[in-house]
Amino acid sequence: MNIQEFLTIFISAVFVYNVILSRFLGLCSFIAISKETKPALAMSSAVMFVIVASSAITWFVYRFLLLPFGLTYLRTISFILVIATFVQLVEMVIRKVSPQLYRAFGIYLPLITVNCAVLGVAVLNIDMFFANGKAVAGSFYYSVFQGVCVGLGYTLAMLLMSGIRERLEFCNVPKALKDFPLAFIIASILSLSFMGFSGFKF
Amino acid sequence: MKNLIKEFTKGIIKENPTFVLALGLCPTLAVSVTIGNAIGMGIAATFVLLGSSLIISLIRDFIPEKIRIPCYIVVIATFVTIAELCMKAFSPALDRSLGIYVPLIVVNCIVLGRAEAFACKNNLSRSFFDGLGMGVGFTLALILISAIRELLGSGQILNYVLFKGFDPVLVFIMPPGALLVIGLLLGLFNLLKSRKA
Repeated sequence: MNIQEFLTIFISAVFVYNVILSRFLGLCSFIAISKETKPALAMSSAVMFVIVASSAITWFVYRFLLLPFGLTYLRTISFILVIATFVQLVEMVIRKVSPQLYRAFGIYLPLITVNCAVLGVAVLNIDMFFANGKAVAGSFYYSVFQGVCVGLGYTLAMLLMSGIRERLEFCNVPKALKDFPLAFIIASILSLSFMGFSGFKF
Repeated sequence: MKNLIKEFTKGIIKENPTFVLALGLCPTLAVSVTIGNAIGMGIAATFVLLGSSLIISLIRDFIPEKIRIPCYIVVIATFVTIAELCMKAFSPALDRSLGIYVPLIVVNCIVLGRAEAFACKNNLSRSFFDGLGMGVGFTLALILISAIRELLGSGQILNYVLFKGFDPVLVFIMPPGALLVIGLLLGLFNLLKSRKA
């Protein structure tokens, strides 16, 4: 475990393999909720919170339940169940504790269960930080840190996209391209510019 | 019988999951680099759709309304695990090139969408044909996108070189190419729809 490893995770998760623009995870929410900056930001913070928490939880489930009992083939089922339960729990807690916060991003929470980014990061952590049926040294910290970085990458892409689409509202675009098609073409150009970061490969 | 055929064909054009309903885009974009990958992903997703539609329509009367989504997810995840293990056993190369997108079929909105919108309200045979039609529609959409990307990005289709002396447009087999192709295709479908109306 050293600083360089963390730096590598940061740069590759935020820029080189940006969760949306290069891995295509969480694309549905990215296209659907990026029309205005404010909801986009609320959605991003909700996604980031769930990704970080579920990275930690799934690490414990895998390390202490699935690995010792030889149940690794149950990975997909157990992860998606844990994530769905966790999201439901967070939703209930937020509704009870802070109605204001609930109004801000409560409605986006149920959507996050089927956001591929959350399960994607959980599976990716296992693929990257477990080798030969054993946890790599410091894998828990790497997993949680990767969760934070993927969340940051998601937020970055959301902010860029919603800023562009807000300005597009005033433009005269061809009718057939309105909304979704144009959003994809913008995402393509954004993704093209993010490809420039792949020169940073470590 | 005629009804069943209608359930089957609606998924292919009229309610195509990718181009009309815009569902399940993550795997569509990520795996459509080559036609081989696209067909593999299409078959896996069709299997999961069929299996989960069948089981969910069988047990639809026993599932309590309030916890139906977790129940659906467990059924879907079971079929995804079966597909994942089979793929690992019979075609390791395909498994490696699809990577994490195989377990991610669980969160493919098409599967959950069909469970929620169709299989939980309809009987066994109709759900079966609905699942099959949606699966075939998804596979065809994947093949269309990957054919365009493979042709422009590497100048060949299924390893068969079509044009000699053609400089491949590399960007089409990279992520930006996927987004561009699907954006333009969606625009084209919109245009065709408005012409028809």
